[in-house]
Amino acid sequence: MSIIQVENLCYKYGIGTPFEKTAVNDVSFEINKGEVVGVIGHTGSGKSTMVQMLNGLIKPTSGRVLLEGKDIWSEPKKIRQVRFKVGMVFQYPEYQLFEETVRKDIAYGPSNMGLSDDEIVSSVEAAAKFAGLKAELLDKSPFELSGGEKRRAAIAGVIAMNPQVLILDEPTAGLDPMGRELLLGQIESYHKKSGNTILLVSHSMEDIARISDRVLVMNGGKMEMLDTPHNVFSQGERLKSMGLKIPQITQIVNALADKGYDVKKGVLTIEEAVKQLLPLLNGGKQA
Amino acid sequence: MIKDITLGQFFPGNSVIHKIDPRVKILLIIAYIVFLFVANNFVSLGFMALVTVAIVLLTKIPVKMYFKGLKAIMFIILFTSVLNMFYGSGEPIWQWGFLKITLNGISNAVFISIRIVALIFISCVLTYTTSPTDLTDALERLMKPLTVIHIKVHEIAMMMTIALRFVPTLLEETDKIMSAQKARGANMDSGGLIKRVKAMMPVLVPLLVSAFNRAYELAVAMECRCYRGGGGRTRMKVLKAGTKDAVAVAVSVFVLAGVIVCNVMFGAIAR
Repeated sequence: MSIIQVENLCYKYGIGTPFEKTAVNDVSFEINKGEVVGVIGHTGSGKSTMVQMLNGLIKPTSGRVLLEGKDIWSEPKKIRQVRFKVGMVFQYPEYQLFEETVRKDIAYGPSNMGLSDDEIVSSVEAAAKFAGLKAELLDKSPFELSGGEKRRAAIAGVIAMNPQVLILDEPTAGLDPMGRELLLGQIESYHKKSGNTILLVSHSMEDIARISDRVLVMNGGKMEMLDTPHNVFSQGERLKSMGLKIPQITQIVNALADKGYDVKKGVLTIEEAVKQLLPLLNGGKQA
Repeated sequence: MIKDITLGQFFPGNSVIHKIDPRVKILLIIAYIVFLFVANNFVSLGFMALVTVAIVLLTKIPVKMYFKGLKAIMFIILFTSVLNMFYGSGEPIWQWGFLKITLNGISNAVFISIRIVALIFISCVLTYTTSPTDLTDALERLMKPLTVIHIKVHEIAMMMTIALRFVPTLLEETDKIMSAQKARGANMDSGGLIKRVKAMMPVLVPLLVSAFNRAYELAVAMECRCYRGGGGRTRMKVLKAGTKDAVAVAVSVFVLAGVIVCNVMFGAIAR
């Protein structure tokens, strides 16, 4: 069943000025409940604008966004309800922290929803756990935390609203390799436990290949592809022409296949590659 | 929505007006503004208005942009001209109680409106055709004599440059933080005054924090490049006044002389 359905979505910046620009051009797709969709695209391809229309932060110039079959702009006064259902974590979300304590900051979203105090407490704690935030950090000031911890706190602030759809715009940008790995694992386990739909915007093809069920490719404001990671990343040349790359491990295995080794193209993760390469290595030794 | 604010907007271009040395341009614009107020009858004001229109056309920037600059103070123009209409002397042509409109009042209102519009247009010419860096550079040079009385002219100019440079950055940042908080259900567009001010806190706190961070980073970056204030600092681009500027000054002298001649020949309008 589809949870978000987008029909002929368009967005233009600066209408009526010399700087008018079409950021999103006639995009239509459906996202199923419980799915993890990776969104990739070159800088300026319109992916950030597109995802901001999904929770009503930007009103489309034309076209419709349907949430559970209902146009989100049918009642503009209730747009906040849509924003609670479709949670959005912006790039570098640590810049949105403002409260005295981490606990209060995470509670900002739930209290805007008008939940009772008990519900707020329990949702804050659940969200902190999902985001991998240690309990002793909750009573500190958000400005005392390290960069990675701030990022987790900010993400927890959105998860605390228990959105049915969670949109993450470059959640791992600017983190060290360990932090990236950890955060990505956290997102995976959040998805497994909550069963909520996730949209992940990222420049890291490795991250996308690892956790996505489907990959949405944006180019010049248009949707180029929406398919399984395997099918998308097997079209290396086409992605390259849009200024995108395929994961490194996919590149290596594809290159080996081109050299005539007995491996299959379109490998996505290191584990899969190991499975392909190990027999080849053992075979090599024996010969 | 915040991006709509135009503040000292500069339109890069190649017109004659663009090429005038910014120091000369500032001084000439000040002279024009003074003479807009010296002009005391319709002939001399009309002459100044014609010159203003000529300058505006010379900048080759769409005239629409100048009217955009006018929009913000449209209310003030209307207010002053309506007020002036009721404060004229002489025979009333319309009266209602103590309110009366006289011919003289109407002519005053028209006169003042023309003056304000010309004033806005000519100041727009300065900001539209001079890049902010040129502008502060020129101000620094023009204020140099003030160093004698221990005013840190260079530091003031540097502060102005940095402030101008960061206005768009901060606006963009405000937009981003507002979206992020709206995504968490912030409600900034409704409620009473106190409620709205409270709703702004989640935007103001992060904005202030990031502004301080930026300031700190900028200071470190400047020190890394050995910035230590104005003393003994040389410039990469030295402003040089040339033939064009001499021509601009000469033309202006004629215009201003013309205003005085018109003033003397036709006399002040009655007030």
